[in-house]
Amino acid sequence: MAIDRRDFLKIAASTALVSFPFISKAVASQARGHVVVIGGGYAGATAAKYLRTWSNGGLDVIVVEPRSQFVSCPLSNLVLGGNKNINDLTFGYDLLKSNHGIDWVNDEVVSIDAASRVVKMQQGELAYDRLVIAPGIDFMYEQLPMLQSPQAQELVPHAWKAGKQTVNLRKQLENMKDGGVFVMSIPKAPYRCPPGPYERVCQVAFYLKNHKPNSKIIVLDANAEIISKKGLFTRVFNEMYAGMIDYRPNSSVVDVDVAAKVVKTEFETVHANVLNVIPPQRAGKIAQIVGAANVDKRWCEVDFLTYESKLVPKVHIIGDSVSAALPKSAHMATSQARVCANAIIALMSEKTPDASPVFANTCYSYVSDKMAMHVANVYRYDATKKIMVPADGGGVSEKPSELEGNYAQAWAKNIWPDVLT
Amino acid sequence: MVFVGFFVLTANAFADENAVATPHIQTLAASCAACHGSQGNSVGGTSVLAGLDASHFVLQMIAYRDGSRIATVMHRHAKGLTVEEINDLAVYFAQQKRITAFIPPNQRLAKQHGD
Repeated sequence: MAIDRRDFLKIAASTALVSFPFISKAVASQARGHVVVIGGGYAGATAAKYLRTWSNGGLDVIVVEPRSQFVSCPLSNLVLGGNKNINDLTFGYDLLKSNHGIDWVNDEVVSIDAASRVVKMQQGELAYDRLVIAPGIDFMYEQLPMLQSPQAQELVPHAWKAGKQTVNLRKQLENMKDGGVFVMSIPKAPYRCPPGPYERVCQVAFYLKNHKPNSKIIVLDANAEIISKKGLFTRVFNEMYAGMIDYRPNSSVVDVDVAAKVVKTEFETVHANVLNVIPPQRAGKIAQIVGAANVDKRWCEVDFLTYESKLVPKVHIIGDSVSAALPKSAHMATSQARVCANAIIALMSEKTPDASPVFANTCYSYVSDKMAMHVANVYRYDATKKIMVPADGGGVSEKPSELEGNYAQAWAKNIWPDVLT
Repeated sequence: MVFVGFFVLTANAFADENAVATPHIQTLAASCAACHGSQGNSVGGTSVLAGLDASHFVLQMIAYRDGSRIATVMHRHAKGLTVEEINDLAVYFAQQKRITAFIPPNQRLAKQHGD
């Protein structure tokens, strides 16, 4: 798309001359009905808010979420580095509910009758016209059954859903002796937050370098190489944290001795003082219960114009559970949520959803207390392939910087009110 | 500059509190909220886009696209959008009311929180 400055202004002017076709008098949305949203994370909370806002209150929206608080995964690696407190990332849902008239059920979904369109919870049930499922991820403990119990996760936390395990892992690092070994394993992609594990390595390295400089980090990556921001992370590992990080690709964890903190790959046995196994992942439980997780029996195939499940009618799936060549990030989850909300409003007022959705994804990783780097893309719907594809111009930072560290803070400070107020 | 001036004139002529964007532009504009706040009302750290002059918005986006304005990340977004989308976003954000946005208050992580 080579357009020089002059052409651009001409096009801008001619567009203006013709008119702004999108501008018309506001009409109250015709959409009426009941939407149930399962999950109050980045995707679910955003969907609920925008379903209410863009339907001008025409749609009744009920969120079902067992947790009473929202804890942000983005920035949670900074807790491990000692650069954030978990309470800095913890919020309530009160403003979201009261500002937008969203009904809220603090309960867990046990089953869904998609034929009669009813969600069954521990206590009571809810009928819906359309259902939005934003269940995040589930861990595939059948591959690592020894890590399934809460007791095992006390000793070997995943800390891959921000909260108590994040705090636990931080405490373990604080209690580790200088000269200790932190071992972290990364599952095969796709998993939640592609650059997240490598950011975590940087945060732990930052802490150890400053407080326990004789310590070592061993990274067991099931992937053949660093799968996000590879050049940038490689440089940071080798330069900023030289001599501290032993990165081992093609290293899938096959067994864990939880009590001894010993982990086995196909090739070797590795001893840890602090062990963080991030298990393999699939779509959240609710997506499996409803029978929408068809891709490799892990992820959910959706229509990218509406996020409606390809398998279960009137059930929409958004966020990390979606099968797509899109990063499973918080910004992506909110972008999908808005396209989905807009499409549901169109469908429920007998209109056609936007045939060419476009959205952005910006994902920052912190490599120290202050320095961050990005990967950013605009994604556009490809009508031939029927998927979202990256547009021209996307890419990663040239190098980490404090300036981008400030922008990463600004990202969090702005996405939180967008999702939660 | 003639073109730009004309653009602004037209945009203002159409500016209307009750005007609504197409779902396409509404959704795209909301995608900017991650860094620029809801309806472009940033809480800080990035530009407030709400109520921003439409021609200024367009000129900045052109400058990001052609590299004449140095950016950390905005060139990636500017290059991924069509000319029409940039124009429509300019009008959309110009129409938004400026309000003081705020970060929701933090809470202490509850003991019973899962995970």
